[in-house]
Amino acid sequence: MSSFLVISIIIVYLSVIFYVAYWAEKNSKSVWVNNPYVYTLSLAVYCTAWTYYGSVGLAATSGLKFLTIYLGPVIIIPVWIVLMKKIIRISKGNKISSIADFISLRYGNDRFLGALVTIICVLAIVPYISLQLKAISETFNVITNHTINGNSIISDTTFYIAILLAIFAAFFGTQNTDASERHKGIITAIALESVIKLVFFLVIGVYVTFYLFKGPSDIYDKASVLPNFEIQQTIDGLEGGFNWFFLSMLSMFAIMLLPRQFQVTVVENQREKYLKTVIWLFPLYLLLFNIFVIFIAWGGNIIFQNQGVDADLFTLMLPLKNNHEFLALLVFLGGFSAAISMVVISSLALSTMLSNNLIIPYGFLRKYSKGESEQNSGSIKKIRRVAIFTLIIVAYLFYKNFTLDRTLVSIGLISFVIIAQLAPSFFGGLFWRRGSSKGAKYGIIIGFLVTVYTLVIPFTIDSQSISSSFVNEGMFGFNFLKPYELFGLQIFEPVPHAFFWSLLFNFMVYVLVSVNKIGSYRERNFAEMFVDSEKYASMHEDAYVWKGEAYVSNIRNVLTRFLGEQRTQRALNLFYMKYNIDHKIKIADARLVNFSEKLLTGSIGSASARILISSVVKEEEISLMEVLNILDETQKAKESNKELQERDKQKDEFLDTVAHELKTPITSIRALSEILLEDDTIEYETKKRFLTSILSESKRVSRLINNILDIEKLATGKEKLDLNNNLVKDTIKKSIDAVSQLAIHKKIHITLNKVDEVEFIYDEDRIQQVLINLLSNAVKFSDFEKGIVSVNTNINQHRMEISVEDNGKGIAQDELVSIFNKFYQAKNQTILKPVGSGLGLAISKQIIESHKGKIWAENIKPQGARITFTIPLNTN
Amino acid sequence: MKKILIVDDEPNIVMSLEYIFTKENFEVFIARDGAEALGIIENKMPDIVLLDIMMPNVDGYQVLKFLKESPKLNDIKVIFLSAKNKISDIELGLQLGADKYISKPFSTKKLVSEVKELLK
Repeated sequence: MSSFLVISIIIVYLSVIFYVAYWAEKNSKSVWVNNPYVYTLSLAVYCTAWTYYGSVGLAATSGLKFLTIYLGPVIIIPVWIVLMKKIIRISKGNKISSIADFISLRYGNDRFLGALVTIICVLAIVPYISLQLKAISETFNVITNHTINGNSIISDTTFYIAILLAIFAAFFGTQNTDASERHKGIITAIALESVIKLVFFLVIGVYVTFYLFKGPSDIYDKASVLPNFEIQQTIDGLEGGFNWFFLSMLSMFAIMLLPRQFQVTVVENQREKYLKTVIWLFPLYLLLFNIFVIFIAWGGNIIFQNQGVDADLFTLMLPLKNNHEFLALLVFLGGFSAAISMVVISSLALSTMLSNNLIIPYGFLRKYSKGESEQNSGSIKKIRRVAIFTLIIVAYLFYKNFTLDRTLVSIGLISFVIIAQLAPSFFGGLFWRRGSSKGAKYGIIIGFLVTVYTLVIPFTIDSQSISSSFVNEGMFGFNFLKPYELFGLQIFEPVPHAFFWSLLFNFMVYVLVSVNKIGSYRERNFAEMFVDSEKYASMHEDAYVWKGEAYVSNIRNVLTRFLGEQRTQRALNLFYMKYNIDHKIKIADARLVNFSEKLLTGSIGSASARILISSVVKEEEISLMEVLNILDETQKAKESNKELQERDKQKDEFLDTVAHELKTPITSIRALSEILLEDDTIEYETKKRFLTSILSESKRVSRLINNILDIEKLATGKEKLDLNNNLVKDTIKKSIDAVSQLAIHKKIHITLNKVDEVEFIYDEDRIQQVLINLLSNAVKFSDFEKGIVSVNTNINQHRMEISVEDNGKGIAQDELVSIFNKFYQAKNQTILKPVGSGLGLAISKQIIESHKGKIWAENIKPQGARITFTIPLNTN
Repeated sequence: MKKILIVDDEPNIVMSLEYIFTKENFEVFIARDGAEALGIIENKMPDIVLLDIMMPNVDGYQVLKFLKESPKLNDIKVIFLSAKNKISDIELGLQLGADKYISKPFSTKKLVSEVKELLK
């Protein structure tokens, strides 16, 4: 295919991508931009050109091992979701814009730590970007039949593509000074590319499997007779198992820690619930992507047997060899889109880290603290743009000047191992309060050095064909220092080997240093906020402890320099409203200090934000204990506030119900009285009936009022119990007598089982009240004539237990507890009208509880309900 | 003679209303809950229903809904008589299609004149 044609197609393709990004920025409210599918698809930036070509290459040479890179993320998805929820919440709450910011903030806005993480990421990712450029360049040459003539940059198409990508990332990535804002244009474009690369890969997979061959079994049959097939397709015993395990683990870390993944998953997340789509769609995406890898690899092995074709290029060579140039073009475009997605997101994420965690905190802060807002935000954007260009150009030069002819997978995996060095401080920081910034720093540095020793140096020696005895004999000829077999560990292949040792050292140093050196109070404050994010999220700015002297006007000045007059005013107004603070207040408190730091974090990173704010406030040292105490108190105050509100609500409901209950009898009284007053012709009998009703309704009102007063008195403890020794049997008998009229009326017999003549201490009037209540309820709910109500007792020196049971229809299972609530029946208004006042059982419960006892209801067999109460021995 | 149905589970309220409307020359029917009310409505086709809201089994809202959904019955006038007198309750009642909402306790004179007004 002619270069001209391919270049034209690339230009058209890039124009489409640019247009989509542009459209998405302009229509940022559209559902096409804001939905969980775009979000999930953008996560597929994980699949780079490496997936497109490298997986096939790896599958062709080492069998199923390529799967580990995708298996890891799939296995971890459920855990990933839980972790990400926590991470997203913390990040959104603190306006975090990168993983460097995340780690730096967790360890107390540590400037050095942020910079260290940034450097680690740059070192890991730049070669990885190079690799993508290399893939573009190589595949371009293959498809255009181009032979590389010379090393001139000017004639290299890839150089121009790299520049275009830098323009794209710089333009759409720096629309906002606040890097924690979302980049909808880029993300929408990336999602589209994820679709394109998957569809094209599936097309070529189907083509190879079903067109070039007669389906999977055909390929398998033909591939299985090739030499080495058997060895490639098995996991080789325990050793192979270990290698698999560590490779999968490596990719689990990668999916969470790679800067581009952090960018798309956390920074670009709009709604937490989008994660619900990720949980099924993302594994499905990876699965689809991997279905055909092995078949393409086998197909390549069969067709290009002994022809010396680079296995990494099988995907492209298979259609080319069969003269299907259009298909080859699709493959090229798929790989191209995979590559540019990675380049764009990675350079965006890295540029944010470079500006917010390295360049600004170490170089530009002083300048910014004097500049005007427009200058400042212009300058911040400029730094990021320059960073994007620099990163991409450095990556390009790296690819040009180093022989990168090892398989794509190797460099990708080295990148993963370096990034994995962030794991102990990142995950430790999420779950372990004691993890300290010193521990994190030393851990990362040691881990990185071990990686360099066990992987980067020997790999460089190998790939650049430098002659050295280092790899085979170890440093200074010490066998136990052999980089691929450190301390004689021989079971691992180089990558899992380096991963194992570097993380072991990293982790141990992190833990040991953290345990031995207690971090500062600020670190501990953020540790609490991160580890216990659920608890502190609701506290917002209150979760931050700060003591000192600060003036609102000074803080406002700093904010204005970055946000401008208007945005500062708006933000402060919101803040005042949220905490109900007077606008005219002059002294700033901890909440405002924290709020302002957060506001700035998105623009200049957490470390710089902290430095800037502390430059205008006078902070006092506080002890660690003090921080913890204050946090605890604020938390308690919040909780008790919530309780108060809940109680208020209950009180309102209670008053409502009381009003309703009082109005009902009064309605009758009023209506009947009006008739009596106005109708002179009324008959004597009717008049008498009406007056009787008025009387009974009046009694109902006063009973209700007494009940309400009772319950309030008992609940507030205003009434003292009249505790005396009483004969239990007497009390029960008196209560039965009180309801005997009611029982006789329904022809129900109340039996008292044998009760000893014992005495017990209680308030007799009150206990009688309880018993009368329980008995009259039991009678009420028993059937006419058939009802049986019985009272049982069980009394010893320490405790008295009395129960009342009936053989009525029982109590609904879900109401066994709620029947003791005030006006319970009335609360279920639509179903049941209260038979009594609705307060009887509530009062009984209150009385028993004042005796420090318990009361409960249960259903009994074969039929009926039993209410039992117990009272411990109370003394005066 | 106009027919009126009184639906309430408070016997004394029912007694007073029954007396008043009999005196006013209505044919009076009585129901103690929603279910009973629905039966009487279908059989006797009253001109107006005085409806309590909180009743056992079928409540006043449900009775009204049933009336409004039935083409045969949706001309029957309905007055809610209820001790629930929060604005939200009243709004819900009227939204469902009640003609009037009178809070308990009420003036008997006013009730009678509202009923007559509605039946004009």
